[in-house]
Amino acid sequence: MGALELKGVTKNFGATEVIKGVDLSVKDGEFCVFVGPSGCGKSTLLRIIAGLEDATDGDILLDGRRMNDVAPAKRELAMVFQSYALYPHLTVRDNMGLALKQAGKPKAEIMAATDKAAAMLELGPLLDRRPAELSGGQRQRVAIGRAIVRTPKLFLFDEPLSNLDAALRVATRIEIARLHRDLKATMIYVTHDQVEAMTLADRIVVLRAGKVEQVGSPMELYNDPANTFVAGFIGSPQMNFLDAAALGFPPGQVGIRPEHLMISRESGEFAAEVSHIEKLGGETLVYARHPQHGLLTVRLFGEHDYAVSETVHLSLSRDRIFLFDPEGQRRR
Amino acid sequence: MSARMSTGRTIAAHAVLLTYTLIALFPVFVIVINSFKTRKAIFADPLALPWPENFDLVGYQTVLKQGDFFLYFQNSLIVTVVSLFFVLLFGAMAAFALSEYRFKGNTLMGLYLALGIMIPIRLGTVAILEIMVATGLVNTLTALILVYTAQGLPLAVFILSEFMKSVSHDLKNAGRIDGLSEYRIFFSLVLPLVRPAMATVAVFTMIPIWNDLWFPLILAPAEHTKTVTLGAQVFIGQFVTNWNAVLAALSLAIIPVLVLYLIFSRQLIRGITAGAVK
Repeated sequence: MGALELKGVTKNFGATEVIKGVDLSVKDGEFCVFVGPSGCGKSTLLRIIAGLEDATDGDILLDGRRMNDVAPAKRELAMVFQSYALYPHLTVRDNMGLALKQAGKPKAEIMAATDKAAAMLELGPLLDRRPAELSGGQRQRVAIGRAIVRTPKLFLFDEPLSNLDAALRVATRIEIARLHRDLKATMIYVTHDQVEAMTLADRIVVLRAGKVEQVGSPMELYNDPANTFVAGFIGSPQMNFLDAAALGFPPGQVGIRPEHLMISRESGEFAAEVSHIEKLGGETLVYARHPQHGLLTVRLFGEHDYAVSETVHLSLSRDRIFLFDPEGQRRR
Repeated sequence: MSARMSTGRTIAAHAVLLTYTLIALFPVFVIVINSFKTRKAIFADPLALPWPENFDLVGYQTVLKQGDFFLYFQNSLIVTVVSLFFVLLFGAMAAFALSEYRFKGNTLMGLYLALGIMIPIRLGTVAILEIMVATGLVNTLTALILVYTAQGLPLAVFILSEFMKSVSHDLKNAGRIDGLSEYRIFFSLVLPLVRPAMATVAVFTMIPIWNDLWFPLILAPAEHTKTVTLGAQVFIGQFVTNWNAVLAALSLAIIPVLVLYLIFSRQLIRGITAGAVK
């Protein structure tokens, strides 16, 4: 119930290739996150799955059935949009019930389904309001509720948290994770925020320029990135890339995460000059500039004090480094 | 208006706006005051206000007695309202297709439809008359409605397609996923959101139709199809013009269009404030 498969999906807009052959299978009940920088084609891919765009080539299969020529409403999926996309002229209840009404379900059934979804999302008191009378967070909960009411095989989320403020984003993120546990439905979630990807996903698909760079669980991508792009994209703050030759490795780059770069006032592998320091209470980020390696980030736990333009010594935890060849691919 | 704007600038802005309003309203004002005066008073002092000594309703009496003015009003209203309906309906539908669907020649089609803004439809009068004669539509209101619909469409398509591009794609897509037909998406999601633009188009389309003398004169000069503007010409003779009646007819002709304008402008203002306050 809800296994999705993409076979060689491509999409061209005129002469520009937006999706360059994506093969992917998402298991039933899996939470799959598409992540990548803006313009990488992740939203387009989601819209192809939804049926809002036609694939130029390739097949989309849902539970083994080819979906390419099936209308969006008949694909048994629901979508949550970044801009909420609630119907402004309908109340919350009617917004949530519209799809079932269009499908010709009896009134009592629609009522029961909306009530159940409203209870899950604590929307009960808002059912008779219109979208204009709701706050941003409430609107997004209604949009999620609208998706739940349909009991779809597949949930599609298109950057649903991007329009919310930071605190609401965390709360809604937790809510979506809880919903996934409760509903056990297949979910595909598009985001450019790697924190959302890491915290929500069973499996992350990293996309760049219309191609899949790597697929894996959050920790697989974190601990075993296939190339510099994935290594740089997953993990915050970003991984440091150092000149491999200067450190005595074969030419290319050495990647090391900020938490595995050690800082000392006395001695280390090389000296660098502190250019900026960010104190976050629980952790401290030190930015140090080295003439050859560029700006490096060091992540320290707890509170630390370094002065700007002070000279510090840095060294690498050797068992935590990643080696990349000059093309950016991982040396295995 | 911003609270920080200095008083001097506010006064200057209001002075400019008031001056413009006066200039725009002055001819209307002159028509209306003179329609209540005796013929002698109109010529003796056109700018004088109607006083008891020169007050005369003879113009209105003539208009209401002579000629079939109620029929003319009815004709004008039918032609204007029906044309307006078709312009808005077809204009909005074409605009939706142009802004929403990707197809070969989309841009070209948009340009072609907008071309009518630059080419006056009157250039085609002879051909239009030939078509109307051939189809037997001369001296029918249908002829006028067809011509005015064609005349209003280019601007309607142009303005509405720009507005429809700004309607959220997510909203339309949500409708598609929920199983709404393209017609439902168009009528119940998109149209209400472009209502201010529709009101703008309605006002711009309505006034030239109501005021037009050219096509009623050429295509429908028969007694039973005369519009108000054409009907008022009865009183303008080659040698003698019944100014009382002309002015009274014109004053009366202002009223229906004013009512329509007020209806649309309320929509316009509602749209503007809705956007500003959010």
